[in-house]
Amino acid sequence: MEFLLQPLTLVTFFPLLGVLVLLILPGENKSLMRWTALVTSLVTFGISLWVLGMFNPSNPNLQLVAKYSWIQVAGWNIQYHMGVDGLSILLLLLTTFLTPISILSTWTAVEERVRDFMVFFLLLEVGMTGVFLAQDLFLFYIFWEFTLVPMYFLIGIWGGPRRIYAAIKFFLYTMAGSILMLLAILWLGIEGGTFSVPELIAAGGIPADIQFWLFLAFTAAFAIKVPMWPLHSWLPDAHVEAPTAGSVILAGVLLKMGTYGFLRFNIPLFPQAALQLAPWVALFATIGILYGAAVSYAQADVKKLVAYSSVSHLGFVMLGMFALNSQGMQGAILQMVNHGLSTGALFLLVGMIYEQTHTREIKVYGGLWKITPIFGSVMLIVALSSMGLPGLNGFVGEFTILLGAWGAGMPGGAFESFGGVWWAGLSALGVIMAAIYILFMFQRMFLGPEGSIVGETRQHGHGLRDLNWREILTILPLLIFIFWIGLYPKPFFDLMGPTVDNLVAALQTAKLAMP
Amino acid sequence: MLLSQIPTTGFFFLAPWIVFFPVIGLLLNMLIGGRLSEKGVGWLASGASFASFVVSVLLAYSVWTGQGHGESVYLSEWMHVGALQLDWTFRVDSLSTTMMLVVSGVGTLIHIYAIGYMHEDVRFKNDPGRYRRFFVFLNLFIAAMMILVSGDSYMMLFVGWEGVGLCSFLLIGFWYDKDTLGRSSWANSDAAKKAFITNRIGDFGFLIAGFLMFWNLGSFQFDQVFEAAPALAATQPGIIIAITLFMLVGVAGKSAQIPLYVWLPDAMAGPTPVSALIHAATMVTAGVYLITRSAPLYTLVPEAQFVVAMTGAVTALFAATIAVGQYDIKKVLAYSTISQLGFMVAAVGMGAYVAGMFHLVTHAFFKALLFLSAGSVILGLERGHHHLAHHGHHDDHGEVFDPNDMRNMGGMRKTMPVTFWLYMIGTLALAGIFPFAGFWSKDEILADAFREGYTTVYWMLSIAAFFTAFYMGRQIWMVFFGQARHEAAAHAEESPRIITVPLMVLAALSVLGGALNLPGLHTLTDWLEHTIEVHAGEFLISVALISTVLALAGVFVSWLIYGRNPLKAGQPDPLKRPLGLLFTGMENKWFVDEGYWAVFVDRYVDLSRFLADVIDWRFWHDWFHEKVIAGTYNWVSNIGLNLYADQRGIDALANGLGTLTQNLSASMRKVQNGFVRSYALSVLLGVVLILGYLLLK
Repeated sequence: MEFLLQPLTLVTFFPLLGVLVLLILPGENKSLMRWTALVTSLVTFGISLWVLGMFNPSNPNLQLVAKYSWIQVAGWNIQYHMGVDGLSILLLLLTTFLTPISILSTWTAVEERVRDFMVFFLLLEVGMTGVFLAQDLFLFYIFWEFTLVPMYFLIGIWGGPRRIYAAIKFFLYTMAGSILMLLAILWLGIEGGTFSVPELIAAGGIPADIQFWLFLAFTAAFAIKVPMWPLHSWLPDAHVEAPTAGSVILAGVLLKMGTYGFLRFNIPLFPQAALQLAPWVALFATIGILYGAAVSYAQADVKKLVAYSSVSHLGFVMLGMFALNSQGMQGAILQMVNHGLSTGALFLLVGMIYEQTHTREIKVYGGLWKITPIFGSVMLIVALSSMGLPGLNGFVGEFTILLGAWGAGMPGGAFESFGGVWWAGLSALGVIMAAIYILFMFQRMFLGPEGSIVGETRQHGHGLRDLNWREILTILPLLIFIFWIGLYPKPFFDLMGPTVDNLVAALQTAKLAMP
Repeated sequence: MLLSQIPTTGFFFLAPWIVFFPVIGLLLNMLIGGRLSEKGVGWLASGASFASFVVSVLLAYSVWTGQGHGESVYLSEWMHVGALQLDWTFRVDSLSTTMMLVVSGVGTLIHIYAIGYMHEDVRFKNDPGRYRRFFVFLNLFIAAMMILVSGDSYMMLFVGWEGVGLCSFLLIGFWYDKDTLGRSSWANSDAAKKAFITNRIGDFGFLIAGFLMFWNLGSFQFDQVFEAAPALAATQPGIIIAITLFMLVGVAGKSAQIPLYVWLPDAMAGPTPVSALIHAATMVTAGVYLITRSAPLYTLVPEAQFVVAMTGAVTALFAATIAVGQYDIKKVLAYSTISQLGFMVAAVGMGAYVAGMFHLVTHAFFKALLFLSAGSVILGLERGHHHLAHHGHHDDHGEVFDPNDMRNMGGMRKTMPVTFWLYMIGTLALAGIFPFAGFWSKDEILADAFREGYTTVYWMLSIAAFFTAFYMGRQIWMVFFGQARHEAAAHAEESPRIITVPLMVLAALSVLGGALNLPGLHTLTDWLEHTIEVHAGEFLISVALISTVLALAGVFVSWLIYGRNPLKAGQPDPLKRPLGLLFTGMENKWFVDEGYWAVFVDRYVDLSRFLADVIDWRFWHDWFHEKVIAGTYNWVSNIGLNLYADQRGIDALANGLGTLTQNLSASMRKVQNGFVRSYALSVLLGVVLILGYLLLK
């Protein structure tokens, strides 16, 4: 009983209760199923707020730790070890926050096999939350791989025309990367005598050359998930085919599992390798930023445009994280949240119009702002957040990242050995390129003369309608955070500050130990 | 001149309200504006702007009573990350209050004018529902501009800097579904997008300057930056040069200087009050303010100052030549604005900060007056055109009437006498005729250029001043004199008082504005001295004489060409024949847009298409992933499984898995032809092998 009442256990596994209810619910009452899932996810969000209430931001260490011996075979020491600190608290909240929003977005969009859909969705939440809270490598790996299964079915059953192809590609691509990580995890667990991450970090002492290979093995899994250029090829397929709620969670949370993995494992476990490889990560991040932005601009499908913009945005996260200083890393964590909010909102909005028109082709739209003024205004705010307008959330993240990355290029910084301030300088071009693709999207869909789809929908009798109350309710929480983080990010930085400072200090120590 | 941190006296504590008032105004209009009448919406927004003006006056008064001592008013924390310490802090000193007064003062007048203007505009364009949106955007602009001029750090300034860019985008694209002639088109939204993206290029420069500043000078806060700068300039002047020049890129974007000026002429797609407020009087002067604010940095590096001064001078002359060849009444004023901004940038580049600010203020008065009067002319023509259409005189059906085209005007001093006289005052002020405001401020710039030894700059600006008088003369003759060249001009009607009264206030300011800094009195110099290092400009009678002669010559030549023999309907511009290709260049803006398109825009489009279609999709997605990886894998696994593996065991497992997969999803197999099966199988095998190895090791 004590095990179950641990706050982190509760927040992770509570959705299973909803799954259970859904499975035993008799009949085919779709509304009841939706409400069950929504209430479950809202209660989970409530529990995560309770966790936040108990979380002490000034403590840099893991908190609310739940630790039980689990599997002890052949000298292996696998534990059920959960904990939360400044690196994960915001991502936990992002997960529990986006899940009810996504469920709300499926209200009229998902009509087939509602029960199954909700079951998979709640299972997905369990997996994602577990990924962010697990402090045992083996436990982490289980959660990590577990998320693939519900997502695979969400894309494969409720997706677009090429859903099977996209689902399989998503599954195999991610799986392929994970194999190398599993190898590294097993090496660490067996050599170190424990799979517990804090214990492994405290023990330290992994030789620099081995750190290098382990770092790369973990990178294989995480870089695919992020996805870092050039491993992004699964992303447009998955996004285009996934149902709206799937895309929101995919962009909003699943990709963050990759960036979070770097932050939780690669940097603290292999600090010397991180220091050594930081400029190379910056190289790929910078290419990703520019490449993603350029490719976005040439897309004819709005969902694909948003998908490629994620490649660009997550390049910023990687760049900031591997600046390995407080501005860069805090900016990176905040930008993970920002990307979840703004790209999540973009996918929601695209889904809302797709539900009415059944097309994502940009060129059939045009002049929507006049016909659907609320929709247009909300889209404008979200688009501006995505392109980093000061006063909105995107700017705070991108600015601190670029500032940190520039600092990393100065003498003594992480990028000093290769590239220097060029990474920040070139990446800042992404600011211009983001304006180009975002404004292109906004103009072609919402400004200008009425597009052909407007007339078509009118011919079918009804015409396009503006957002309804449910849709406004779905998007409003995201808008509130877009402004909040933009104007007053202090509470968010405060949550992560001490943990990141600790990590930066640990990196300094590791650097001194380097030859 | 250190600013004390806690406001103790006066009205300093009110500082945040210069932003709060317009924000409240726009929120109220968004929430309850739908229930108000048009007048209610307009006056609510104007009231918000006026409240901001009142606070600005109180703040300026507090600075004045404090013998010019400014204060920093802390509102709240913004971003604190490591050494980065950014707050929402308002800086109230003589420089920022000067800008506040201009922004909210001129802003309020333009709000009031817009109540009348937009009432007619939305009706001519058949969309009265958009009236409220205009005032929401206008209030948003005042709020953003106030943040820009009152921020206590480069980054808070940047919030306003991009904020006004957003408002500019929204207002240029106000009629986003039309072109400037009201036809269904992408043109206006293209212009809006162009403005935003061009400004973003400038903002890129601003950001780089910011990064350099932070990591070399340790802060974004003005005082801390200026305090640290001299030491760095002594050891590594190159960094200060880099900071100031990257900042100049930002200035070129926002203040429409070469090479980033190209967005401003297109910005005339916005309604005329927008052109007056944002694209003439306030937003575009932000760059001048930025350099003035950064005076302690620029003074350290004469090399950068020279570049700034030359940028301004070249822009002033170049844009003036284009203005000569334009037919659109607002385009002439747009290029004139670019040219006049060049004067200001040249001034602050030479270190003549007071002269630059002086011209900024007077220009805000007379250019707002000119734009708004031009708006009155345009509305007058629209009324005439409307009148004709209603009375069946409309015989040119298929043809679209352009109320901005000066070739459709002529003789309008009789139909719109009030507007005519207002326009004349603005023109005389802009041309720099004694004793109008522009004479004093422009003269101070020229005198400073002369005295500081910037001979090239001096002559370029003087020639630009000649062109200024010439193109304004050309405009006056074409619009107000001669005979009406279009029926609409003959039937134009004068504007109502809600439009003309704000113009009269601006006209009074355009006449008397020179009194702000008369030679010998130096009111503005003494005022700004509390914030920036200044030197009192001397009045040079020779410079004043030369520029007066040049201005009069400009007007006279324009009379010879356009006044003596007024243009007839359908007649080409009389300069076309004698100037030949030169005039074609002026008419076509020296083909700069076409050049930019060919060199940058089209290339970027090509590049992104190439990356997206060829590299990312055909090569990486289709060929590499589908053919190479998946194909090779299928091939290898088939051969490998068939030839070397133990057929029975593996087959049984594979068949088992295959049946399972088949049952789970039949379609999956169709798409992938068993590829998944073998892949999943080998993944499983791999895991088993690794686990086995590790367990048995």
